[in-house]
Amino acid sequence: MNNRDVTRRLLGPAGPELTCDACFEQLDRYVEIELDGGDPHSAVPGMAAHLEGCPACAEEHESLLELLRSAPTEGP
Amino acid sequence: MSDQAFDWVSALSAGGREQDDATRRLHELLLRAARFEVNRRRSSLDGSVDVDQLSSDAAHDALLAVLAKLHTYRGDSRFTTWAYKFALLEAAVKVRRRAWRGREVSLDADAWTRIPNLDTGPAASAESSELMLALRRGIQEALTPHQRLVLVQVTLEGVPIDVLAERLGSTRGALYKTLHDARRKLRLRLAEQGFDIDSGRKEAAA
Ligand SMILES: [Zn+2]
Repeated sequence: MNNRDVTRRLLGPAGPELTCDACFEQLDRYVEIELDGGDPHSAVPGMAAHLEGCPACAEEHESLLELLRSAPTEGP
Repeated sequence: MSDQAFDWVSALSAGGREQDDATRRLHELLLRAARFEVNRRRSSLDGSVDVDQLSSDAAHDALLAVLAKLHTYRGDSRFTTWAYKFALLEAAVKVRRRAWRGREVSLDADAWTRIPNLDTGPAASAESSELMLALRRGIQEALTPHQRLVLVQVTLEGVPIDVLAERLGSTRGALYKTLHDARRKLRLRLAEQGFDIDSGRKEAAA
């Protein structure tokens, strides 16, 4: 880990961000907008910042994205 | 009936055979998602861990969570996407906790001073060394012991927040709030000292 990484990890994202609970609440909608090629950042403000600052939520976001990508024919 | 039209919420509260069938289908979906997650993170587990059991426990807990939250589903996403996230969360938390079982996590707020992570040595530029020193001092002087502990363990030591929450008898949400407050304090302090944090440079004194 170099100094830049240390700084980024310690200080987290610059802007306002969602809480973990709000992130979980919005996660499904956010990921569907991402996969549909929409604009998730304006649809769910503060989500991208939280995913930058919270390693656990970021992992779960990545997993949901990958799961839906791997099973694109799965119904609603 | 196509999946597009399948009304999960009604079926899962219909009672009788219809509800049983829907619950079974839901459980299958959750189990698939839980297996997907456990497999993704398999390398963090040692060979003795029963990954099938872990997946099935996660799917079971996710089923209970989905049924308990069913009334909150607003149709903002497909029902399956909404349900999947519960299985992924349960599985991810279980894998993290299992992977860290038996590993020591220092709960000493001052353990960070022994970490050589804040590189101020000759390889670091003068600017960045100055920022590192300010960070170190900020952590020491501006944060409470609890904030220091959470910030350092989660961001520098890579302890998963769920694992730390378990050890401290807390929750992810509460610890993230602590982390967030600690970051705000540090940012404020560095800004007061004239650091332009997001470029990593210190501005000329105004
Ligand atoms: Zn989070």
